[in-house]
Amino acid sequence: MNEISQKPMDREALLTIRDVERIFGGGRKLFGGHLPAVHAVQGLSLDVKKGETLGVVGESGCGKSTLARLVVGLDLPTSGSITFNGEDLAALAKKDRNALSRKVQYVFQDPVASLNPRKTIRTILEAPLKHLTDLNADRREARLAELLQAVNLAPEFLERYPHEFSGGQAQRIGIARALAAGPELIVLDEPVSALDVSVQAQVLNLLDKLKDDFGLTYIFISHDLSVVESVSDRVAVMYFGRMAELGPAREIFRHPLHPYTDLLMRSAPAPGRHDLMSEDASAELPDPYNPPKGCAFAARCAHRTDICVAGKPAPDEATGGNDHIAACYHPLGKA
Amino acid sequence: MTDTTMSAPSRPASKSSRPGTLALLLNNTLATSGLVVLVLICLIALAAPILPLEDPDVTAPANRLLPVFAEGHLLGTDHLGRDILSRLIWGTRVSLAVGLSATIIAAFFGSLLGLVAGYAGGRTDTLIMRGIDMVMAFPYILLALAIVAVLGPGLLNALYAIALVNIPFFARNIRGITLGLSRREFVDAARLSGKSPVQILFLEILPNVLPVIVITMSTTVGWMILETAGLSFLGLGAQPPQADLGSMLGEGRKILFTAPHVSIIPGLMIFALVMSINLFGDGVRDILDPRLRAGSLTRPVSRTAVHRKADDIPSPSEKGGVLDVRQMRTEFEIGSSVYKAVGGVDLNLKEGECLGIVGESGSGKSVTAMSIMGLVPTPPGRIAGGAAYLDGEDLFAASDRRIRDLRGGSVAYVFQDPLSTLHPLFTVGDQLTEAITTHRPLSGSKAREKAIELLSLVRIPNAKERLSAYPHELSGGMRQRVCIAMALANDAKVLIADEPTTALDVTVQSQILTLMNGLRRERNAAILFITHDFGVVSALCDRVAVMYAGRIVETGTTEEVLANPRHPYTAKLIECVPVLGEPERRLDAIEGRPPVVNNLPEGCAFAARCPHAQAACRAGEIELEMSSDTRGVRCLFPLNSGAAV
Repeated sequence: MNEISQKPMDREALLTIRDVERIFGGGRKLFGGHLPAVHAVQGLSLDVKKGETLGVVGESGCGKSTLARLVVGLDLPTSGSITFNGEDLAALAKKDRNALSRKVQYVFQDPVASLNPRKTIRTILEAPLKHLTDLNADRREARLAELLQAVNLAPEFLERYPHEFSGGQAQRIGIARALAAGPELIVLDEPVSALDVSVQAQVLNLLDKLKDDFGLTYIFISHDLSVVESVSDRVAVMYFGRMAELGPAREIFRHPLHPYTDLLMRSAPAPGRHDLMSEDASAELPDPYNPPKGCAFAARCAHRTDICVAGKPAPDEATGGNDHIAACYHPLGKA
Repeated sequence: MTDTTMSAPSRPASKSSRPGTLALLLNNTLATSGLVVLVLICLIALAAPILPLEDPDVTAPANRLLPVFAEGHLLGTDHLGRDILSRLIWGTRVSLAVGLSATIIAAFFGSLLGLVAGYAGGRTDTLIMRGIDMVMAFPYILLALAIVAVLGPGLLNALYAIALVNIPFFARNIRGITLGLSRREFVDAARLSGKSPVQILFLEILPNVLPVIVITMSTTVGWMILETAGLSFLGLGAQPPQADLGSMLGEGRKILFTAPHVSIIPGLMIFALVMSINLFGDGVRDILDPRLRAGSLTRPVSRTAVHRKADDIPSPSEKGGVLDVRQMRTEFEIGSSVYKAVGGVDLNLKEGECLGIVGESGSGKSVTAMSIMGLVPTPPGRIAGGAAYLDGEDLFAASDRRIRDLRGGSVAYVFQDPLSTLHPLFTVGDQLTEAITTHRPLSGSKAREKAIELLSLVRIPNAKERLSAYPHELSGGMRQRVCIAMALANDAKVLIADEPTTALDVTVQSQILTLMNGLRRERNAAILFITHDFGVVSALCDRVAVMYAGRIVETGTTEEVLANPRHPYTAKLIECVPVLGEPERRLDAIEGRPPVVNNLPEGCAFAARCPHAQAACRAGEIELEMSSDTRGVRCLFPLNSGAAV
């Protein structure tokens, strides 16, 4: 695991995100004036290297799902650029949606909701084969069998409807659909958070195996730190639409630089851990319609000084070596 | 990886146990009688050409206005001497045909507009819907009159007018549904599968909208027939000599007092036709509408039904405690099968103690919690046995009035999603004072003071100002704090918390856990904490009970169970959760799925997934073996037997 987690550092970037911003709202009203705008994602820059798993962690409202939709082209950035293998993703999405879908695929959070209740599994899995590949009917049939084999589902399942499946099985179907057209990058948006813990482990192990078998690259989005830690090579921590910390998974979890990462880790309940955090009920996210001028985390931060309130730290304000960066003026020391 | 999922599990038995669509319809007496009348009328109307009827249009002035039961004219004759029976049957034929075709035309164009508007959104939506609004702004009969006036009178023109007038009805209905559906994940998934917008609209969304179209059609056909009759009555529909129910009525109107049967007979026919269609249509709607099908049509009962034998009531255990649940069994009867959601659970809760119930979805942990205060919906739920004692009082034997007093009083609940538990239209203060005054006769200002006190108790800053806040103005964590404050409003002895932190972010979750932990010490309240997360359990609970397939499989103090699990299921459950700081640990998944509770295997329910299962595990009843006061395991071959206390 150690060697694996170091290797992708040197590899070339498969996906490059530069200064991406996505603003919702903000249009003009009928009679002048601006509608309120929300920055879902702001000033985000990161690379996803070929063959790695990039974990994205954050709490609700931090913009991680917006990021996912931007990467698969379901949504377009307001400004900034996303390039996949040197090709501009937004341009590609406008010009030829299907070309993008052949390269980047998506696995949804709610496995049952992502399957059309009135379609059989065969129709659902055949759709990407029909529209994204030029396989003929026989080859499609063979590919279907291959896909089901890959995600450990019985061939009889093809003729059934989504409601006949448990969450774990439905998620396997969702994964098979994402694999169908042979993508290079799969964005997994909370793929296991709707599943029971015993099933969660099954799906995580399956994802691990598929990555090796098909040489995939993952962006793994989750709010669960322990899950992200167990699957990721590198981790990006997001807070309030911005990157708080980015670096190799081990570095981040051993020696977090950003106080927010540290807070997340201390909050995560773990079996056998009794120490509850001291209370502070003021832990509210800032108002998205009226964002603070400085660091968004400043209000909750114990290390806050005037400089934090005055202006936003750069994403690489603090560095910890080994491409470990954090947007913090007062990074935590390495203990 | 898993051979259990490779082999297809037996098809859920739901196919046979859940009543089919037709069975549901036949169950509804009114809808069935509507259907029978409708089919009868349709058959007669269809058979008109082969029935021995007189020509409906042949006049015979000599025989004019013959009364009912006249010789050769069963229903008499009209003012031109035409046979009324014959005209009635031919007229019904026309009315039915016009009503149906108008419905189909309106449904087709209306649904098409609705689908496009709902899916495209933005400008297209605005344009289409404002157009629809303009059509709706005219009184429908005026609009229909205007259309017929332009096109000229005639049955076909009346049909167009009625169809056009009804397009908005379909368009608005379908647009709403489409709007909701097109934001669903499966539509995004179809887009990523390479489907074009047109394919998504007609192959993905339309099949899901179809039931709504059918429902709308079934409820409008009757209305359309009435409208056709209305236009014909005014002389704008069917032209003489053609018979149609409306025109027959119109012709009879002039001689209403001299020969009432001429107008009463078609009037009765219209009544029978429209009534039967409406009754049948309502039945169809009830069946196709998933919300109604789920059972909300049944009258809600304020408390779960208790069906237990009088000689089969277990007495309280010697341990005492505030809450003492003994051999509680809760079942759901759906169709012909019985789901044993809770199959004999014993729980014991002392003052100030926190007991965690851990289990996966479907393990019966929530049903256990809901059963205690009779919150399981009846039907289909019922308490099939056992007892729950609150300070020695049998809750299942208490009166409804007493249970109402206890709910929110001595026993209070905190649920998973605070946004759906709090009423969105009342302020936090209103809801808190209501919780207080329901149980205690306090004056308004006193209750307000108490509410402020409660909010500060749950550490909400600026308690006074927050009283006038609405739930949507608070964050998820704050909302859950308000729910906890409401639960504590009447000094509850037992707090039942059903996954209270699952919907919250981790940082907020840890605050809520800290709060609950502090409160139970301050208030000396017992907490029954339901969760799927061992991490949460170890942060808060003194003891833990692990549930599987409706039964407790292992219980003990949190430390003992976590450090030394004895049931293989508990051990596996702890194993398969990734732990922060140990990324190298391989996750050991539990293969297979939990059994369905309407078809539990004999012996241990976990045997099929258990690596240590032996033949003995698959037979007979396995008891919860208590090795000490607190520690017990329901397993014939527990792990670490040597190390056990």
